[in-house]
Amino acid sequence: MRKIFRIGLSLLIFVVFSPLTRADDAEVQALLHSLTEASLNETADIITQLEEAGGDSMMPLFETLLAGDLYYEKESKQLMLATKNDEGYSGAEVFTGADLGQFERGAVKKIRVNNALRTQLREAIARINLSAESAQQRLHAVQTMLGELDESSAQLIQERIAVEADSDVLAALREAYALYQLKSSADDEQRLAAIAQLTGSLEPDVRVVLTQLLETNGDGEFIESSAPVRAAAATALKKIESKISFYSFLEQLFFGLSLGSVLLLAAIGLAITFGVMGVINMAHGEMMMLGAYTTFAIQEYIMPGAIGYSLLVAIPLAFLVSGSVGVVIERTVIRFLHGRPLETLLATFGISLILQEVVKAIFTPLNRQVITPQWMSGSLEINSVFSITYNRLYILIFALLLFFALQLIMKKTSLGLNVRAVSQNRNMAKAIGIKTDRVDALTFGLGSGIAGIAGVALSQITNVGPNLGQSYIIDSFMVVVFGGVGNLMGTLVGGFTLGVANKFLEPATGAVLAKILILVFIILFIQKRPKGLFPQKGRAAND
Amino acid sequence: MTKFNLFAWWANSRATANASMVFVVVLFGVTILASAGNLLFPEGSLLHVSTYTITLLGKYLCFALLALSVDVIWGYCGILSLGHGAFFALGGYGMGMYLMRQIGDRGVYGNPLLPDFMVFLNWQDLPWFWLGMDNFLFAMAMALLVPGLLAFVFGWFAFRSRVTGVYLSIMTQALTFALMLAFFRNEMGFGGNNGLTDFKDLLGFDLQADSTRVCLFIITATVLAGAYFSSRYIMNSRFGRVLLSIRDGESRTRFLGYRTEYYKVWLFVYSALLAAVAGILYVPQVGIINPGEFQPLKSIEVVVWVAVGGRGTLYGAIVGALLVNYAKTRFTAIFPDGWAFMLGALFVYVTIFLPQGLVGWVSNRLQRAKAKAEVA
Repeated sequence: MRKIFRIGLSLLIFVVFSPLTRADDAEVQALLHSLTEASLNETADIITQLEEAGGDSMMPLFETLLAGDLYYEKESKQLMLATKNDEGYSGAEVFTGADLGQFERGAVKKIRVNNALRTQLREAIARINLSAESAQQRLHAVQTMLGELDESSAQLIQERIAVEADSDVLAALREAYALYQLKSSADDEQRLAAIAQLTGSLEPDVRVVLTQLLETNGDGEFIESSAPVRAAAATALKKIESKISFYSFLEQLFFGLSLGSVLLLAAIGLAITFGVMGVINMAHGEMMMLGAYTTFAIQEYIMPGAIGYSLLVAIPLAFLVSGSVGVVIERTVIRFLHGRPLETLLATFGISLILQEVVKAIFTPLNRQVITPQWMSGSLEINSVFSITYNRLYILIFALLLFFALQLIMKKTSLGLNVRAVSQNRNMAKAIGIKTDRVDALTFGLGSGIAGIAGVALSQITNVGPNLGQSYIIDSFMVVVFGGVGNLMGTLVGGFTLGVANKFLEPATGAVLAKILILVFIILFIQKRPKGLFPQKGRAAND
Repeated sequence: MTKFNLFAWWANSRATANASMVFVVVLFGVTILASAGNLLFPEGSLLHVSTYTITLLGKYLCFALLALSVDVIWGYCGILSLGHGAFFALGGYGMGMYLMRQIGDRGVYGNPLLPDFMVFLNWQDLPWFWLGMDNFLFAMAMALLVPGLLAFVFGWFAFRSRVTGVYLSIMTQALTFALMLAFFRNEMGFGGNNGLTDFKDLLGFDLQADSTRVCLFIITATVLAGAYFSSRYIMNSRFGRVLLSIRDGESRTRFLGYRTEYYKVWLFVYSALLAAVAGILYVPQVGIINPGEFQPLKSIEVVVWVAVGGRGTLYGAIVGALLVNYAKTRFTAIFPDGWAFMLGALFVYVTIFLPQGLVGWVSNRLQRAKAKAEVA
């Protein structure tokens, strides 16, 4: 009794919330009903009619049927996706996936399919996919068909070419058809035309077929008999390969820019505290670490339910946390060490050790997991050999935005003006009434806060642990020194140059050696130009 | 260079000579007493000094020598090197390679030619830079030559292009960081991550034997004293005077006609050699050398020893190294996680409140007390 009630309820749900909201709903219902009693021959007809009546809403049904998971309850003729378990079958609604409960072994019956039906179903699914509404989906359908081209799918593709409107999909369809012709046609003219069509395609399946044309058998004779076809295939393959190497160059460039953006992020706060203020801030890395831990704390304790927004909240909060720690450090330690750069180096190193210990005490020495929000995961696929992961792309954009925001602060606000005045001539700035103490504290706070924001971004691509800062500190100094102290633009150029150079060295030398070579290069570069790429000009340079 | 005039030198530095005398008496007093305590008195006796303590003292003395090498350039020439651990470690690797070859077929794999890690990596031949390292004199020459040459090349480029101050510090840090990355690679042929260890004997003497340990300890103390006096001599010579003037005003010294970069390069090489000697003595006593010694943190720690003791006095660096390391040993035993915290606090405290280090603070106190006594 309860079961019937439950089925009735789900039928009600099915009727109310069903994806089938077409006018011919009743017709579909009748067809579905008849499916339960049909013979194998009749099933074929019903599938054809269902496809006509239901269109793409029939996809789940066809897929379930193809997999052999479509059952119906004998009593109520209710169709279901049944999964076998210990006590019989657990049923689920085919279209909505709603749970229908547990059924005994004898209460349900499988709807049988044979090979002819399977072929028909596959075609139907392909047809539905090919005529799907979104172009993306159609493109995907074509791409999945490439590996299993046969006469019937070629037929489908040809039909679709006649009506397809989207140019990308059309190109993919033509490619697929050409690939079919190349594989199956006996006419050399046709195959040559097909190869011409396929030249420039980046699909792996195309490459496989073209490579097969050039293979030899055990005696060193070509399997493919026609010489012009072989020659055409060879040129096509060469063109494809050069195209692939172009894209892999682009990919490397992107990786380089991505690494550059990470270096820029790591160095950008230091460009203020070290570059502009002249404080050898060895605790800079720990400011980034604090930013990363702020992100973790927000996700873990403050808003675990809204990971999507956590980064947006973390950015201002990390700025505040790291910035205020920076102000405290400046007021309690650094201001006593003005004009003694080597001593500030030691003192800030001491602070970095203390901060690491504090973090270890609060968050344990283990690495903590920062979650990547949905909108930052996945990747942007340009074509089948070149794709860009969203998190690297966003971090690249974010680093640039942060850089220009900082540039704006330094160039257009009164704080920036004061900072530059104090860094160029402290006594003169004091004489004209700038509160140098306040400016020092704010500048150091700004640099530290920016480092905190960088930490939020870094938490997305690296382990968040007490050693996060240490692993970036040397890189950060290298970027600032390479770019030229006191010059934000230099930091930008330096970061990207080192990042790209590193990534282009890597394939030849391996990651570690590439890093060593870059370090050696910087050491030599500094001997040649001790003031970096963009040396500071004017009086401030002669300290 | 000036002729060596013992009397003039002696008269010149009578004030510091007193401190030197105290230093030597204390150093050798402790060394002889500890050695005697270890060798002459049986275990369980009240006067027995354990081999562990002897080794620990020997280690401290190596660190003191390393601190001395940093003080020579930082205290007397204002060059803050954050990469002296690199020279120390290179010297140590030189010694380690010799000791490794001495193992012979007593390794785990029993290969008479190749050290264990190479067998493990499936190497067939000894790399060229390992050749001849089974000869003690050659190995020691290499252990000094390589760091010396590196210091010369690095210093020559850096000082000639007038890379100074902070830039130089960061460059030295990059140097040791790059070397650390390189030595971590297995392909380098220095044992990668694990470094060189499992040593058996040195010149035929068993490294585990008490007598060898004591002997190494005495040698270290003697070398430290020798390094102290040679540094003292250099700093009191005309060469040393020029160094001081470079520290206090490099441009002016240059305008007076001195080629400051020559002075700095030679001093840098001398300092690197002292660090390398410290590494050479360190490795047989602790029994291992690995890329961790290249860590920038280690080099910065050395600077802290010097800062704590007081720079520009030579004995200050030694006192600082001994005190900080003793504190480290005691502290990590009681409260293992707190050491880094303490070290950090020590950095901040010393730089702000003890700019001249402990030695400077004590001598200030003494002078003040003296002045008071004279007034009264």
